[in-house]
Amino acid sequence: MTLPAQDTATSVLFGRLSWDSFPFHEPIVLVTFIVVMLGGAALLAAITWFRLWGYLWTEWFTSVDHKKIGIMYMILGIVMLLRGFSDAIMMRLQQAMAFGGSEGYLNAHHYDQIFTAHGVIMIFFVAMPFITGLMNYIVPLQIGARDVSFPFLNNFSFWMTAGGAVIIMMSLFIGEFSTAGWLAMPPLSGPASSPGVGVDYYIWGLQIAGVGTTLSGINLLVTIIKMRAPGMSMMRMPIFTWTALCTNVLIVASFPVLTAVLVLMTLDRYIGTHFFTNDAGGNPMMYVNLIWIWGHPEVYILILPCFGIFSEITSAFSGKRLFGYTSMVYATVTITILSYLVWLHHFFTMGSGASVNSFFGITTMIISIPTGAKLFNWLFTMYHGRIRFELPMMWTLAFMITFTVGGMTGVLLAVPPADFVLHNSLFLIAHFHNVIIGGVVFGAFAGMTFWFPKAFGFSLNEFWGKISFWFWVTGYWCAFTPLYVLGLMGVTRRTRVFDDPSLQIWFLIAAFGAALIAVGIAAFLIQIAVSIRDRAQNRDLTGDPWQGRTLEWATSSPPPDYNFAFTPIVHDIDAWHDMKVHGYERPAADFKAIHMPRNTGAGVIIAALSVACGFGLIWYIWWLAALGFVGILATAIAHTFNTDRDFHIPAKTVAQTEAARTQLLTRGA
Amino acid sequence: MKRLRLAALSLSLAAMAACKPVVLAPAGDVAARQRDILVHSTYLMLLIIVPVLLLIAFFAFRYRASNTDATYDPEWSHSTRLELVIWAAPLLIVICLGGLTWVGTHLLDPYRPLDRISAGNAIGPDATPLEVEVVALDWKWMFIYPQYGIATVNELAMPVDRPVAFKLTSDSVMNAFYIPTMAGMIYTMPGMQTALHGVINAEGVYDGFSSNYSGAGFSGMRFKVHATDEATFEDWIAKAKESPDTLDAESYLTLTEPSENVPPAYFGNVSGVLFHDIVNMCVRQGTTCMDEIMMQDARTAAAEPMDHGTGHDMPGMTMDEDKPVAGTGGTPETATENAATTPIDTEAPAPATDGLRGHGLSRELTPFFGKTAAPQDTL
Amino acid sequence: MTDDVRSFHADEEPHHPEGHSTMLGFWIYLMSDCLIFAVLFAVYAVLGRSYAGGPGPRELFDLSLVAVNTSMLLLSSITYGFAMLEMARDRVKPMVVWLIITGLFGAVFLGIEIYEFNHLIHEGAGPQSSAFLSSFFALVGTHGLHVTFGILWLITLLVQVGRFGLTDFNKRRLMCLSLFWHFLDVIWIGVFTFVYLMGLI
Repeated sequence: MTLPAQDTATSVLFGRLSWDSFPFHEPIVLVTFIVVMLGGAALLAAITWFRLWGYLWTEWFTSVDHKKIGIMYMILGIVMLLRGFSDAIMMRLQQAMAFGGSEGYLNAHHYDQIFTAHGVIMIFFVAMPFITGLMNYIVPLQIGARDVSFPFLNNFSFWMTAGGAVIIMMSLFIGEFSTAGWLAMPPLSGPASSPGVGVDYYIWGLQIAGVGTTLSGINLLVTIIKMRAPGMSMMRMPIFTWTALCTNVLIVASFPVLTAVLVLMTLDRYIGTHFFTNDAGGNPMMYVNLIWIWGHPEVYILILPCFGIFSEITSAFSGKRLFGYTSMVYATVTITILSYLVWLHHFFTMGSGASVNSFFGITTMIISIPTGAKLFNWLFTMYHGRIRFELPMMWTLAFMITFTVGGMTGVLLAVPPADFVLHNSLFLIAHFHNVIIGGVVFGAFAGMTFWFPKAFGFSLNEFWGKISFWFWVTGYWCAFTPLYVLGLMGVTRRTRVFDDPSLQIWFLIAAFGAALIAVGIAAFLIQIAVSIRDRAQNRDLTGDPWQGRTLEWATSSPPPDYNFAFTPIVHDIDAWHDMKVHGYERPAADFKAIHMPRNTGAGVIIAALSVACGFGLIWYIWWLAALGFVGILATAIAHTFNTDRDFHIPAKTVAQTEAARTQLLTRGA
Repeated sequence: MKRLRLAALSLSLAAMAACKPVVLAPAGDVAARQRDILVHSTYLMLLIIVPVLLLIAFFAFRYRASNTDATYDPEWSHSTRLELVIWAAPLLIVICLGGLTWVGTHLLDPYRPLDRISAGNAIGPDATPLEVEVVALDWKWMFIYPQYGIATVNELAMPVDRPVAFKLTSDSVMNAFYIPTMAGMIYTMPGMQTALHGVINAEGVYDGFSSNYSGAGFSGMRFKVHATDEATFEDWIAKAKESPDTLDAESYLTLTEPSENVPPAYFGNVSGVLFHDIVNMCVRQGTTCMDEIMMQDARTAAAEPMDHGTGHDMPGMTMDEDKPVAGTGGTPETATENAATTPIDTEAPAPATDGLRGHGLSRELTPFFGKTAAPQDTL
Repeated sequence: MTDDVRSFHADEEPHHPEGHSTMLGFWIYLMSDCLIFAVLFAVYAVLGRSYAGGPGPRELFDLSLVAVNTSMLLLSSITYGFAMLEMARDRVKPMVVWLIITGLFGAVFLGIEIYEFNHLIHEGAGPQSSAFLSSFFALVGTHGLHVTFGILWLITLLVQVGRFGLTDFNKRRLMCLSLFWHFLDVIWIGVFTFVYLMGLI
């Protein structure tokens, strides 16, 4: 009945955007703003100076090559990791300081924005791009395909994800971000408690990125179903591809729920409907249910591909077939299905009855059975193996130990009586960082070090990689073990200041752990820089630097645009290993022209227009929103009239590329 | 096995000594039983976690590439017997844990009235629990003691060994009411009522706070809980009664204005219907209470007053005077809503003794149809 | 290791005809769209009887109007089917005619729906009035929005066919739109039953 309180000072031209929206009066943000602006300007200037705009546009931004898109996803993830981690450091610092009457250095408005942004960025713009990037790069290679099913859609999906990230980053400097926590639970996120632009940034950032995620899910799903090389039956698919398949099923079957629930929240905020309001029949508990019906599968979306990565690595570095392939597949599928039956364990304490709570508690425990089976399968892959402790395998071992502990505390939280005393505590925070850092982050690093030589043709520096590894692992344990202890002391998450001085020591240890992780991240960046500098020494001439077992290692590093000169035929789960055993000879003649999709700028343009439209909606600049929306439609329709979508790589070019590879191989031999 | 248990026990004891893990050493029976379940579940899981961790370390060391003495069998990838163990071992643990969960969850359901004060100390059939009505405000806690006609802000007192029955709601946003030493937490939600039962068995001053983030002043939503003997509690009540302030609609609305780090305050008088009106969001003059609206909606849905037959010409437009308001149970039409919004208190059955039949079994707040469930008989 | 004559690569490109996975991809998209509707239906199931003391379906819905509306959409599905039959026979002109008729039926459906919404809002039963009306407008409105995009898409395809003829590309697109159109029909049958009929019984 009442419309959301609208800023009375909205203007037609600028909506509710005014000079006050910029952080002139907040020194910390202002300095960050200036630094980012200067850095950005320097980057743009450098690109202009080296005349890279044309190259970037034609070779990268408009590229429909799944490999380049995969790399762009990884770069997006790394950039956003830096932002998300800065938030983490600021939180740790605040909590380590705010004792004995001290307010720390962040007021509630900033602190609340920071923990919200940290959660949103780490899940949607770090973990998701890492996972999507790795799947994008590896899956088509593993199944012996030339690209994904819908290459243009793939480019578009990436740019929508990046567009969402742009919206979230804008909130740092123009206006504010949400202070309602990473899931924006109403009524706190409703117009009465959160009247500003923060929640609107959240909504439109996630909606724009969500379009990208859903479409990329559909794309990879169809790719895996339709594009497998001849002979690769479902039960001969590499295990990473299997986990990617299940993850994309989860994406397609859960992100629409997020989209719908965010639309309903948007309506509550923009036109005053009563879905999640306290009055007029609205039901905030419905939001909590719906968001977790998306949210729980989401954590399996993140972790399943990592399980796949660890499976590939364990098998490759143990020099052995994966133990229990079939049970691994069934475990993955079981987890996929069960992940929809556990959402209520996120709010046992909301007053559901004992039977409902027990049901969801027990289904949650049941998920630990297939997960446990996977762990045993990795163990028995190592058994009777010859384990080479190179970086990817080190990450894998760190994962196995860390994740086991995280899994145990997770099952503990699934016991409702235990959850009643630990819910929302720092114990919970420690638990999910235990599985997300121990699982997803370690998985992403393992995957990056494992496949980096494939993507770039040279391997990553080992020394800096090891530094990064040890700082990450010890940093993780140092930062989060204290949080387990604090949780048992009854300390709640999202608290900004503390009374009890005896808690401080734990927060200091945690802050020190975060500093160690910071060193780990810095070492990772140095590792990349050093590796690029020394790339000539670390070349991978063979295309198979780790004695890999799956098809991605059958082609050169980096793979040619067309991936495989001839489509491979698969006879075994470990297809490339099988080819090596049988003394496979690369064909050296009779190359044929290869049909390839052509690059297009439509994806970049539509994503940019979406950002403009979103920005207009956030700030009530209605003309901009309308213009952006019409622009999106017009571009999309115009794109359908573009008939110049494909071309052939001539047989001669293929022959030349393959001849060059033959030379490399002889040099490497 | 025994050594493992001992190791784990000493580990948790060491942790206890090093800090004040209130969750592991609570002063209330409910929290203590929740702690027991937590600890037992941990032991149960360690049965499998510890061997796994050891195996990881052992296999990684034993089968390192430089150890050419170890067996190397690159094609070995299947063993039905091993697979059986791999799936069965976690399954067995989960079966045990599931049993523990089912029983524990029902026994310790916050809606279930207490059946004992502490181990071996059962509650007499005529014991009346201390009733406290809790309202979460932006950003402080308000406690109404209906049996004593007083109210406080950010201070709670109770006699030791007396069961306490909380009814909880919130004014604007969600919070969670949590006194770690007493019992687990429960959400407080605007327009809805939840319940919690607990008891404190040792005198002392304990911490209580909101454990669900609720906005800018959230960190300051803390209060002290004074668990005292009966006489000190009576003194405390008397002290509160001396306060000249009255908690009625007007002073309540003033109190709902956002404020942070609020010091304790007392109200010597409380308007009797206030809590009902807060839950039903009709404190403000001229607003209709939600229970009335819901009954009206139920009649709109049914189109006419079918089984009551009191003959309203304008369905959904008038209010049936005979009917009890939600919260007092009674007619089947309102029963479902009562189960959802005001799940306990009124019927207060004798404490369940058979262990598994908690409140959750008969009437529960289902996840979806929480507060707006349609009355079943009108469908 | 017996068969050393295993072939490890295909000399000929495996048969992946242009757009061979489009139908599967579009079908998966429709299923994800279906989930959005599933959420909206669930929301309606939860909130559909929270009238906030205001009017309910009996006071608001006009079944005869909805019946006309439903028949418009059902007829449009049939005419789309006729268009597809013509497409299968490669007869462009009758196909275009049937498609135009389909679009007109769709437009009439939309017109009636807009009239209904307008009427409700003028009676004071807008989406802000109660949770029931919020969920009603969200569910029916989302369906209407889909029909709007369907019509826009239909027009685009008519222009495409006019310009490029009945190419494989356009055939595939018409098939996708056909799926989309029938999908909306199915959703509408759900809306009709669940919202209107059950609201009035």
